[in-house]
Amino acid sequence: MPRLPTPVTLPDRGEKRSPRTRTRPFLALGKGGTAPDNPAGRNRPGRRIRQETATAWAFVAPSVLVILGLSVVPVVWSLLLSFQADDLVTPSRWVGLDNYRALAQDPHFDQAVRNTLVYTLLYVPLSIGFGLLLALALNRRIRLVGLYRTLIFVPFVISAAAQGVLFSFILDPEFGAANAVLDKVGISPQGFLNDPGQALAALLAISLWSGTGFCVVVLLAALQDVPPSLVEAARLDGAGRLHLLRHVVLPSLGPVMVFLLLWQAITSLQVFDLVYVTTKGGPLGSTTVIVYFIWEQAFKNFTAGYGAAAAYALALALLVLAAVPRLTRSVRDRTRADRHLEGAAR
Amino acid sequence: MTTASPSPAASPSPAASTSSASSSVYADTACPPPTGAATGPRRRRTLLPFSPWHLLLAPLCLLFAIPLIWLLLSSVMSDAEINRFPPSLWQSGIDLEGYRYVIGNAMFPRWFANSLIVSLTAVASNLVLGSLGGYAFARMRFAGSRILLALMLATMAIPFQLTMIPTFLVMKRLGLIDSLGALIVPSLVTPFAVFLLRQFFLSLPRELEEAAWLDGCSRLGVLWRIVLPLSRPALSTVAVLTFLTTWNDLTWPLIAINHDTQYTLQLGLTTFQGQHHTRWSAVMAGNMITVLPVLLAFLFAQKTFIQSITSSGLKG
Repeated sequence: MPRLPTPVTLPDRGEKRSPRTRTRPFLALGKGGTAPDNPAGRNRPGRRIRQETATAWAFVAPSVLVILGLSVVPVVWSLLLSFQADDLVTPSRWVGLDNYRALAQDPHFDQAVRNTLVYTLLYVPLSIGFGLLLALALNRRIRLVGLYRTLIFVPFVISAAAQGVLFSFILDPEFGAANAVLDKVGISPQGFLNDPGQALAALLAISLWSGTGFCVVVLLAALQDVPPSLVEAARLDGAGRLHLLRHVVLPSLGPVMVFLLLWQAITSLQVFDLVYVTTKGGPLGSTTVIVYFIWEQAFKNFTAGYGAAAAYALALALLVLAAVPRLTRSVRDRTRADRHLEGAAR
Repeated sequence: MTTASPSPAASPSPAASTSSASSSVYADTACPPPTGAATGPRRRRTLLPFSPWHLLLAPLCLLFAIPLIWLLLSSVMSDAEINRFPPSLWQSGIDLEGYRYVIGNAMFPRWFANSLIVSLTAVASNLVLGSLGGYAFARMRFAGSRILLALMLATMAIPFQLTMIPTFLVMKRLGLIDSLGALIVPSLVTPFAVFLLRQFFLSLPRELEEAAWLDGCSRLGVLWRIVLPLSRPALSTVAVLTFLTTWNDLTWPLIAINHDTQYTLQLGLTTFQGQHHTRWSAVMAGNMITVLPVLLAFLFAQKTFIQSITSSGLKG
């Protein structure tokens, strides 16, 4: 279960579109006396501005306190922690870059990074790919589409803990329903989550079961936003089904695809709950992912400084990931602008 | 359930649905047709009494539904039935032993109440604090507002695992660890709620607010009487997503709570499974209890859920 789908990964065009004039107060502050019930004395501009500022601060103060207090403080604290040896109980000790040095040589961290990358590189394209196919199949006027969409989406609202518990039951090597089905078709029983060779794949399958619905719903909404006039025009020009898909429908999904790619990548790089419930990183560390590694270091081995260093390493990776599309876009825009200028010069 | 689908009411029979997919429908601008590769003009009628797409979609959707059906079935099985190998789909009857055990012997009712307290407090406070903050950022000018808003937006990009260790230490200093307070405080208000509501308030016309302002209404009065009644869609989006994330969260309760009287349902279920993994019927009954509130909320307010999730991603 990803945390709140935040719009932060989207190009914030909405921001730029809100011009300064929109944030002005209702009335021109300098012209006192326009409000009929305000005695002239209370309407001196300085006083109104001060009052307005006080009200505004009262409105935002709780949010600012909670949000900045529980983000800026921890971010700084975390950075400091990563240079310390800390067991969460006794006072910590400054160790400089030792945590980062140890991290670079830790085979468990190495394994956690590799597992997370494998999981992400499989989960992102598969969930979006299946999501696109299902969305295209669902984007038509036939009966029961609503029911189909509901069934595909329902697993998304179920918590990772509940998914994990359910699938450890279904995939139980001895009593699970999955092995019973395999037995019926003549395949020998599998270890699934207990088999080091299969555990990560099993986790991937569970995540796809619950995460594909999100892609379907988002893509379905985007498909229904494809301008009908565009489709009609292409069709009048004799475009076949595949042409329509390839040259009209898919290109118009561009921005949504970027959002989904980023969103799915960020959620899968941060996967934790499902791993904790099903495998606890095992068997043989085959499903230890980065966040599980951080949690284990900080709250199980009580090496919080080491965990904080690992968290900073992951945060850096996420930052780079989030910056890539922005950078490529600005580069592309610039080259496009250049080309445009060249064209104009000619 | 079908009310949330884009069109089934418009196609009373399969034949009608085939004909409505012809190109003539595009003249109807009031009802934009679904676009895609399938509604080609050369589409021919098939021998089947229904669209051939059902042959693909029905089994696929069944695949998504089977684990949940199995969850429901196994929660009302007796342990003897569950442990039979291979398990049988057809059971002798409904056995509520699992539910009895979970409610009587385990602390599921307590955990349920804890989860409910935490989630509902988070929803209420996100609505209140998010509206206040969002309104100030949308309509009021005060020193530092732009920097503050930018800062708050930037915090949305901070991954949780970066802050979780120090947040634990902060909560420990505040003496909240091992109490519901530790779960409530970090989710009191999210930058997402403030930002989403701000964007929605910006899209409202100012005239009504100005009229009320001229009539001597205070800022709070304008927000309460004029703005909030117009903001139902944004408020329900915030409510739905806040409830979903706080109810479903496992990571933070796992870190902040040790004592089992303070567990949330997710944490309780996880621990319960660890201790009773041979009593599958009880575990599945507990799982059912954990899943049911969200599932029911989703089925009854499906449209709001789906709109919340798509809009927060696309238009936020």
